Amino acid sequence: MAMLHIVNKSPFERVAFESCLGHASEGDSILMIEDATVGAVDGTVFSDLLKAAMADKAVYVLGGDLAARGMSEDRIIDGIKVVDYAGFVDLTADNEKTQSWL
Amino acid sequence: MAIKKFMYVNRKAPYGTVYALESLEVVLIAAAFDQDVSLAFLDDGVYQIAKGQDTTGIGQKNFSATYRALGDYDINKIFVEQESLDARGMTADDLMPLVYEDEDDDWAEKPSISIVSRTEMAAIMAKQDVTFSF
Repeated sequence: MAMLHIVNKSPFERVAFESCLGHASEGDSILMIEDATVGAVDGTVFSDLLKAAMADKAVYVLGGDLAARGMSEDRIIDGIKVVDYAGFVDLTADNEKTQSWL
Repeated sequence: MAIKKFMYVNRKAPYGTVYALESLEVVLIAAAFDQDVSLAFLDDGVYQIAKGQDTTGIGQKNFSATYRALGDYDINKIFVEQESLDARGMTADDLMPLVYEDEDDDWAEKPSISIVSRTEMAAIMAKQDVTFSF
């Protein structure tokens, strides 16, 4: 069953994001919200790890939280989809289960 | 009262937690006490002074413009750690151009931000009398 993993902590400050990537299964989706959105930016010490996870998982970022932190959408890793709150709701509805990595 | 060296250490991204806003408020209050104030931005704290912050999508107040007023409160020693920018794929160009007017130099506008190495940041921290951590 596909699961939606929701991450809200910066990968530069906590291990929650990395732990999420280590536990998410093939075919799962990962949504970055709040402070986790800075992890979507390409060219960081975290980006290679996230790119590796994208080989078999879908990755999303909440656009409003990304913009609030001054990071424009043209800086994020290719293949990460930007969603708004309605897209957030769709993701929770489209997945059988959700898990939050607080 | 002797002037003390105060440093405010900012290590968290804005909006996700209240640390950044609380730090800024304390800094502005403390500015009234004529102390020697420095601000340090390291780790995720560098996002606090990233340019182009737009909070319309999250329904929170965008307080980033307030950092631009710090120069008017004689807070013009703002240190940003190079290694923190590097780790986040950022450069000095990604930061807001924070400036102050130098009263000893015919009010010439000068940059408040100094980009420093981790080693330099450690030395600056070591010289402080009081450190506030956010």
